[in-house]
Amino acid sequence: MKAYDKVLAARAGGRPTAASFIEGIFTDFIEMHGDRRYADDPAVIAGIARLNGRPVTVIGIERGATLEERMRRNFGSAHPEGYRKALRQMRLAEKFRRPVVCLVDTSGAACDIGAEERGEGQAIAENLTTMMGLRVPIVSVVIGEGGSGGALALAVADEVWMLENAVYSVISPEGAASILWKDAGAADRASECLKLTAHDLRRMEVVEHVFRERDGWPRVYDNLRAALWKALGHYAGMGEEALLAHRYEKFRKIGRMGEA
Amino acid sequence: MILEKQRGGLSTGRSISKTLFRKPRNALEGGERAAAEAVAPNVPDRLMEACPGCKAMIFADQLAQNAGICPNCGLHHRIGPARRIALIADPGSYHAVNEDFTEPNHLGFPGYDEKLRRARAASGAAEGVATGFARVEGCPCALYVMDPAFMMGSMGTAVGEKITRLFEAATARRLPVVGFTVSGGARMQEGILSLMQMAKTSGAVRRHGDAGLLYIAVLTDPTTGGVTASFAMEADITLAEPGALVAFAGPRVIEQTTHQKLPEGFQRAEFLLEHGFVDLIVDRRSQRATIARLLRLHGEEAWT
Ligand SMILES: [Zn+2]
Repeated sequence: MKAYDKVLAARAGGRPTAASFIEGIFTDFIEMHGDRRYADDPAVIAGIARLNGRPVTVIGIERGATLEERMRRNFGSAHPEGYRKALRQMRLAEKFRRPVVCLVDTSGAACDIGAEERGEGQAIAENLTTMMGLRVPIVSVVIGEGGSGGALALAVADEVWMLENAVYSVISPEGAASILWKDAGAADRASECLKLTAHDLRRMEVVEHVFRERDGWPRVYDNLRAALWKALGHYAGMGEEALLAHRYEKFRKIGRMGEA
Repeated sequence: MILEKQRGGLSTGRSISKTLFRKPRNALEGGERAAAEAVAPNVPDRLMEACPGCKAMIFADQLAQNAGICPNCGLHHRIGPARRIALIADPGSYHAVNEDFTEPNHLGFPGYDEKLRRARAASGAAEGVATGFARVEGCPCALYVMDPAFMMGSMGTAVGEKITRLFEAATARRLPVVGFTVSGGARMQEGILSLMQMAKTSGAVRRHGDAGLLYIAVLTDPTTGGVTASFAMEADITLAEPGALVAFAGPRVIEQTTHQKLPEGFQRAEFLLEHGFVDLIVDRRSQRATIARLLRLHGEEAWT
């Protein structure tokens, strides 16, 4: 598949959303609402579930499966209160010593007057610094679209994984094409240039694992459950200082090929 | 990510001489220039430019003597690292680090090498941020100043690496960090690697903060996108210049997305102050004194 075909596949209507992944991977999910500061953002679902019986905190960006759902969830574009809801759940995960799993699927953070008034940039930034120091394991999985800062706000993790048709980019290919060539129709060309496919990101060592989709979704959920079980066990046994040092170094090394 | 239409206008020598040689846009402008030349007939180098804020013609040297602030309307024109460091640091105290640091065109992005060449010619710098160590009224600190003339301070791997190294060095030397932000956001020509710089710099800011050290950010026009959503908004004390645009998504993008009319003064420093995202708006001429006062309150005057 060409890069832009992957972008379209990642956004496709029939593709399962975060709620389906939670259902397929975990048991006993109990959803927690609200950021205790302003509101409950339906674009983010968060709560506690069991992974093979043990408690984990699960946070997902939810696009919605039907048109009605999509509108209610702002098409998976979170407002500051969505990132602050996630932050609250991550702090609770740290307090009660359970690992965090994030499921990322968004074309980007909400882009409107309210999002800016309530500090979208500050909300994302606070997640980045908090996750950098969170003393429990974090694994983030890009299950569909990973759109820029709005995706990164839930993807500062010990490992970042992607599904094989997921994409993760600093800007949408349409946005890049309209800035670079004043032509949003050149999105297919921009997709190639941006190197946004799972395999591109694996090659650049931005993600650790790419999961096959071709065997069907039940197999994907089984594979993710097994991989999460292994990874979270590994990181939970590492010791807090080593865990944080490892997470720091994962991002510290990206783009360090310069002179001097 | 999206660069907004320039409001402040870059005060570079190039734009000034271009202004001098271009035809007057209207009779008034031409008349004002003639009048100005009559006042200073023996100073042929006395260049003028139109203030983007009030449209008045201002002498470039007058603007420079006034810290790049329009004497007519108070607009803080955009200035580069050299002039900012001269305004903030004690004379002779600034020592640059990683001055020639660059990164390659990691993605082989078409046209990026040429864009970098032009940015280097326009700014006279190797990359979009100046980093170093300085004293402010005698108080030692680490200092970063982003450069609007270098691809509007966009953050790629070199900018991310220089900021990260500065915070790491400041942590090791137990120094506060003072930083001036100006940015159109992440540098899209570096793709996902530029996005990752938000995480990388945030990690370094966090470690610096965990060591009990002070970070003061000064948000200047414009600070947007990935820089707003990372180290610009992670300071202990957040100052802003009057009228500076500070946003995650820029106003033009929001207008295009929502088809709504934006409120008056939306995303300006005063708007952020009112909504609780900025501690203090500080005129450029008093920034040095304010920053020195804050550094002393967290340094020699602090309780032990
Ligand atoms: Zn003016």
